[in-house]
Amino acid sequence: MASYSTNEFKSGLKIMLDGDPYNIVENEFVKPGKGQAFNRVKVRNLKTGRVVDRTFKSGESVEAADVFEMDMEYLYTDGEFYYFMEPQSFEQYPANPEAMGDTAKWIKEQDSCRVTLYEGAPLAVEPPAMAELKVVETDPGVRGDTSSGGTKPAKLETGATVQVPLFLEEGEVIKVDPRKGEYISRVKK
Amino acid sequence: MTREWRPAADPDVIRARARLTARVRAFFDQRGVTEVTTPVLSRASIPDPNIPSMSAQTAQGRRYLQTSPEFPMKRLLAAGSGDIFQICPVFRDGESGQWHNPEFELLEWYRLGLDELALARECASLVECVVERPTQLQETEFLSYRDAFVRHAGIDPLDASTEEIAETAIEILGTGGPKDWTASEWLDLLGATRVWPALGRGRVTVVTDFPQDQAALARLRPGNPPTAARFELFLDGIELANGFHELTDAGEQRARFEADNRRRRARGLPEVPLDECLLEALAHGLPDCAGVALGLDRLYALALGASSIAEVMSFPSDRA
Repeated sequence: MASYSTNEFKSGLKIMLDGDPYNIVENEFVKPGKGQAFNRVKVRNLKTGRVVDRTFKSGESVEAADVFEMDMEYLYTDGEFYYFMEPQSFEQYPANPEAMGDTAKWIKEQDSCRVTLYEGAPLAVEPPAMAELKVVETDPGVRGDTSSGGTKPAKLETGATVQVPLFLEEGEVIKVDPRKGEYISRVKK
Repeated sequence: MTREWRPAADPDVIRARARLTARVRAFFDQRGVTEVTTPVLSRASIPDPNIPSMSAQTAQGRRYLQTSPEFPMKRLLAAGSGDIFQICPVFRDGESGQWHNPEFELLEWYRLGLDELALARECASLVECVVERPTQLQETEFLSYRDAFVRHAGIDPLDASTEEIAETAIEILGTGGPKDWTASEWLDLLGATRVWPALGRGRVTVVTDFPQDQAALARLRPGNPPTAARFELFLDGIELANGFHELTDAGEQRARFEADNRRRRARGLPEVPLDECLLEALAHGLPDCAGVALGLDRLYALALGASSIAEVMSFPSDRA
């Protein structure tokens, strides 16, 4: 099994701790003048998303996690799994609802998503940074009010709900940031 | 991967650094301390398991890159050099971070007839001469190793059990290591993360009276328990210097080196050839003296308001 020495620690490195894959978020090297050196790291559990602190004696080795990130195209869902295709090999990967998390509410067929593979299976799916989605349900628009800053909820075609300006109508297409769950702008037809 | 060709430090910082180095040389010139140069490569190195040497394969065989110029400078002292200082590159394998670089610049000096406390005062004067602050630093604070831990970690490092030290560290830091860590490893972790960063705030702090097992190359001072005649100097929570009232006993020095190599074997680290020339020089007679090593990159970073040593280095290791 591949392993990393603490000398190779840097943010983004994927390691195994207590049987789970983790991503190193921050790595700090500390050493007293004449004593033992340590690496203090913040690590994110790739299954639960929880961030924890860990401390290693410098020079220790940690098992590498079999984790890769790839951009894949979303194909369809059969109601249970969500299917993604790796565009070079055309290989398909089914992602379960846990791996999808909230991402399922933001994506349409053919959208490109960043898929994290752990031991060959999707562990997490990140939505694109920007999506254009149609408003399917919202209160009638308030005419002339383009700047006053009030908002109302709007349901989108993929199932997500975002806060939008009061003037928007059902059937309009908007740009959103799925990672933050925020409205960006109206798309002019 | 493409490497950045540009220096990490701005041209202004490079020039400011040169001015500070000139100030350091003037400090020693005024005090009649002679500048010396000793080899970077040596047949022998320091066996301390916590000081990782690098080595190079040469036509004459394996040579170690110095982790400090201490051994050849002590040979000069034994040969009658008088007070000496040196500014040189030193190498510590694998040390990399905000305040560490595997290659860095060390200022090391030795003063005949001084003990570590007198040398610590001179070291504080040098720091105050290089680091200029809008509000003047308060008078230098002297704190024993024990009092530093009592004050800043709420634990007596000499009396507490390993379990108590481990529990304190985990409680303070929210993280720790496995049960097999030793008391001194837990103390190193607490020191590096909690106690030392609290020191040197608004003034220079000098930590004295280190535990016997952290004596390194310092002589021991009788007492109950005996302490090491060693100091560390801090400013802004950063350790700048480490000094000793130097051990002059060749037999005791050899015994410590051999104990270090036994600790290396126990940890699965390669043994390091002992510096027989140093041991012979000590046997010949090292004058009573105190010596100190100070990290110049850190000193310059604090003097120039930088938040890492990379900001004051032309090419830190990722650009070297």
